[in-house]
Amino acid sequence: MLQIEIDGKAVEVEHGSTIIEAADKLGIPIPRFCYHKKLSVAANCRMCLVQVEKFAKPLPACATPVSDGMKIFTRSEAAVDAQKSVMEFLLINHPLDCPICDQGGECELQDIAVGYGASKTRYTEEKRVVLNKNIGPLVATDMTRCIQCTRCVRFLKEVGGMMELGLINRGEHAEITAYVDKSVDSELSGNIIDLCPVGALTSKPFRYTARPWELARRPTISAHDALGSQLEMHVKNNRVLRTIPREKESINECWISDRDRFAYEGLNSDERLTVPMIRRGDQWVETDWQSALEFASSRIKDAVAREGGNALGVLVSPNSTMEEGFLAKKIARELGCGNVDHRLRRSDFRLDGHFQGTPWMGCNIPDVQDMDRVLIIGSNLRNEHPLLTHRLRQAVRLNAAEISVVNALEDDPLMRVAFKNTCSPDDTINFLLQLLKAMSGLQRLSLCLPPTLNGLLEDVVVSNNAQAMAESLAGHGKDYDLVNPRSAVFLGNMAQQHPRYSEMYSLAEAISALCGATFGVLSEAANRVGLDLARVLPSSGALNARTMLEQPRSAYLLVNVEPEVDCHNAQLVNQALAAAGCVVAMTAYKSSALREADVLLPVTPYTESSGTFMSMEGRVQSFTAVAKPLGEARPGWKVLRVLGNLLGLSGFEYDSSEQVKNEIFGGEKPSRVVWNRLNNNLRELTEVNAKVRTESLQRVGEVPLYESDAIVRRAPSLQKMAAKKPVVAAMNAKLLAQLGLQDGELVKVSQGNGSVRLAAKCDDRVADYCVRVPICAQTAALGDLYGEIQVERAA
Amino acid sequence: MANEVCFRTLDLPNPASLETYRSIGGYETLKRIVTEKVPATEIINQVKISGLRGRGGAGFPTGLKWSFMPRYYDGEKYLVCNSDEGEPGTFKDRDIIRYNPHQVIEGMAIAAYTMGVRTGYNYIHGEIWAEYQIFERALEEARAAGFLGENLFGTNFSFNLFAHHGYGAYICGEETALIESIEGKKGQPRFKPPFPASYGVFGKPTNVNNTESYASIPYIMQHGGQAFQDLGVPNSGGTKIFSVSGHVEKPGNFEIGMGTPFPDLLALAGGVWKGRKLKAVIPGGSSTAVVPADMMMQCTMDYDSISKVGKSSLGAGSVIVMDESTDMVKALSRLSYFYYEESCGQCTPCREGTGWLWRVVRRIAEGKGRPEDLELLTDVSNNISGRTICALGDAAATPVISFIKHFRPEFEYYIEHGRSMLAA
Repeated sequence: MLQIEIDGKAVEVEHGSTIIEAADKLGIPIPRFCYHKKLSVAANCRMCLVQVEKFAKPLPACATPVSDGMKIFTRSEAAVDAQKSVMEFLLINHPLDCPICDQGGECELQDIAVGYGASKTRYTEEKRVVLNKNIGPLVATDMTRCIQCTRCVRFLKEVGGMMELGLINRGEHAEITAYVDKSVDSELSGNIIDLCPVGALTSKPFRYTARPWELARRPTISAHDALGSQLEMHVKNNRVLRTIPREKESINECWISDRDRFAYEGLNSDERLTVPMIRRGDQWVETDWQSALEFASSRIKDAVAREGGNALGVLVSPNSTMEEGFLAKKIARELGCGNVDHRLRRSDFRLDGHFQGTPWMGCNIPDVQDMDRVLIIGSNLRNEHPLLTHRLRQAVRLNAAEISVVNALEDDPLMRVAFKNTCSPDDTINFLLQLLKAMSGLQRLSLCLPPTLNGLLEDVVVSNNAQAMAESLAGHGKDYDLVNPRSAVFLGNMAQQHPRYSEMYSLAEAISALCGATFGVLSEAANRVGLDLARVLPSSGALNARTMLEQPRSAYLLVNVEPEVDCHNAQLVNQALAAAGCVVAMTAYKSSALREADVLLPVTPYTESSGTFMSMEGRVQSFTAVAKPLGEARPGWKVLRVLGNLLGLSGFEYDSSEQVKNEIFGGEKPSRVVWNRLNNNLRELTEVNAKVRTESLQRVGEVPLYESDAIVRRAPSLQKMAAKKPVVAAMNAKLLAQLGLQDGELVKVSQGNGSVRLAAKCDDRVADYCVRVPICAQTAALGDLYGEIQVERAA
Repeated sequence: MANEVCFRTLDLPNPASLETYRSIGGYETLKRIVTEKVPATEIINQVKISGLRGRGGAGFPTGLKWSFMPRYYDGEKYLVCNSDEGEPGTFKDRDIIRYNPHQVIEGMAIAAYTMGVRTGYNYIHGEIWAEYQIFERALEEARAAGFLGENLFGTNFSFNLFAHHGYGAYICGEETALIESIEGKKGQPRFKPPFPASYGVFGKPTNVNNTESYASIPYIMQHGGQAFQDLGVPNSGGTKIFSVSGHVEKPGNFEIGMGTPFPDLLALAGGVWKGRKLKAVIPGGSSTAVVPADMMMQCTMDYDSISKVGKSSLGAGSVIVMDESTDMVKALSRLSYFYYEESCGQCTPCREGTGWLWRVVRRIAEGKGRPEDLELLTDVSNNISGRTICALGDAAATPVISFIKHFRPEFEYYIEHGRSMLAA
């Protein structure tokens, strides 16, 4: 520790801290623009100049490390003189357009100018004008306002992983710009709006809609991925007008993904369902809640009375709150129905009954940043987990972590990947076996493998790549702590959706056990872990999300589900719903995907309800509504409660979602329950079949970044971002040639009895013999996300 | 007593060739040092004795700088020669490369040996293409003759040297901006510390010296540090190339001993042209303070005299001579425009301030000056000075401050009458 003195206050600070860090810790304000605690130091704005004893010139507090005995003066005449002069320089070319600037009222330049600026300018020469740039649908630019602090440049390079903005030209001509004719496409780009200390970069969707002081600021949680980012929604006249991050170091730090930031636009979509509706023949008729609920309950009752509880299937979106999921499950159980599931995009349920607890991430979010070696299996990282990917990126950037990736797609995660194996999902099983064998052969690892696996490994030939990856994971190389290995094996969304997930899981678990790595599942959706913990799962012997569709039920209850795009197999779900006598859909949107429903119950999105999500690290986060329900829409938990009453079930006398939550956690402290229940271990290894090889063409059905859930799908600005990547059937050059197709040619892509026409696209990031066809409205006629697919030239 | 060190080959036929350089004992010193394994401490000691100070303008003792390089650093280290002279008034490095490139190469090789470096770059100014080609040719010759490359003279000493052609930005003459540029990035100075000796090219320890500094090394190691020191005066050892330009009869480069009286240098350059009277001199390149004639005539050409008597600095020895007909307001306007155009734009005071200074000076020169302008100019200059990442801020402020200080009446006349005093 070093003894220093700031403005006469003696303090102890850590070795290596800078003056500004020491002052911030003490709460001594030093004005700054370019400095940001999460970015590299640029020292270019010069606003933080302070006086330091024994130095003739003022020093930048952001870039000057403290030394023992240093005496720093932040408010001395010399310091303030320097700060004021810099302020003057910053203002001479800054436009006086605060009255029409969106940043007004929350502008760092404005705020600091109050303290350090002169009331009258001495600058009478012509002012600089800089042309605006169109950098995409999310961020608006007013480049004349820019003070060249380069926070945005450093953010995109260091956090975003790709330098999409830069400072070109010299001197007064210096300006921030993107590459020629390119936009900023980072999935984290919205953060530069928060970072910009002036009004040069503002939110395009929010532009000119409100002044910051008119907005009510309400805390909530992200519902678009499993990170559980803490958000603040800004509301005016009961409409959410924008979203910004709440700072939470252990979750989202001070960032959020663009999906979290701009999804709010979907809350105000014209497609919102605001009144209950009942189908009369081919017509949808608006009705009141009483009629709609009575209709729904009587139809469900009828089906159950006729065929027993098994007549019903309950599908809950994994983005639903724990309360909604729990109540839906409770209704089912009370009706004698075990067919409840939230794992809509899964296709392999062979692990059911084998888990010792609720599978989760296996560690905490910040731990990822400290990892040394990480193996990621089946994840399109940036699409699935934008901010977690940033943590991983920092591990690579700052700790030189070695990342290994096994996947069917080779999308660039914008970080150095040490080892990768891009192969078809079937070959993934094979490769994992190689990895396991290579690892068990390493001298350092003496753990015995279960005999079932040992036998399996005999015929496996280890490739050089698998050997190298195994050595990396086992910590070969220097400076590796063998006692406390900081390594991890994670399974991504694509792995979870794969028909051989159970085998991947077993092998990944064995691999991690062998090298002492953390083992975890990077969960899909906002609340997969929470719904698992609340046991929104089929009861023993009952039907799961897949079998419920393969063996059509007479009645379905859908909670927040858009069948065509939320399920593993759109064909299957459409057929099942069409055949059902009764489909009750609780939904926030009038979706064409619900054409098979019989009654639509307008529930609110999570922002107009209270509820609880559990993140992939098992953090239980409850929230309250940030706005009142739109129209007649009502929170899902309330609708389910009344439905329970109308069905004549007991135990549905809840007055608040809190009561439901208490029941889920058995009256105990959630953290305690979570601690006991999260567990990734299997009771026993499932069968792994190395011999199974599919010879046909395989679909790789990823979920695109902005197709993840119903709200995101209706956020216009995000959809404009998505539109930059048209839906195509992508395959590598080899396969394209094999099929005799040209890049860009129109092809007919078929699965089962459905087909769509798409452009074929040459994309060498796709594994051999795989066709990448995303899941979205355009491809809803197709079947399994992963499985056989035919591609032929369109007639 | 001229052209004894860097311009040794100047009067010989084909001065830039390897053959000519070898005819005066070129590369013998390197060979001796490498084969006899002269200890690095001994070399650094000789350089310290020589009194050689950085010829790029800052005048930092070269021997001391070399001693900052971490000698036992386990990893790549770099050596960089700064031939990016771009300041108005400077043109000496260009002639060294044009007429004696091998001496730069030998000097760098000796430096590389001393500091345990295997790789070097010579960063050559963007506007001088012919000299760049001469240097590339010299490199080829030196490689072919076994003075550059792997295992030189059969020892385990290896040194690979590359020429790097700049793109014409003045700021890339600043050593950390130059390093950024070598790395392929935009030439913008880095904040210091850390200094290049610990964090230089590609983040590795790097020694950066001026062309003339490196070119002086073979002489120092051949004749001993004391011999070099004796060519100059105490605290300013050796010879120095003075680039005399402006209103003289014979502008050019003159390599003479440090401490030569300014009138002698002026005489070498043929005196003030057209028989006119001397008005002022910028002694070290446009970033140094202007010195009025009477003060300048008292100066000797060394660091101490220019600083104490002339209240300016020797800089890179780029002497700009101005005769009595010079309009100091217009001269300053042109200089200010240079700094306005060449500021890198990275940090606020320089980016915003250089444009402000130029516009006000230009306005005065256009006859639209205001009484408060001179105070404003001084104030803005002082606000830039010492508050920027690199020295360009100070470089832009110094001419303004010194021109107004020494020639205030000319500025006041402009402001009052809207035209030059000289035309009156």
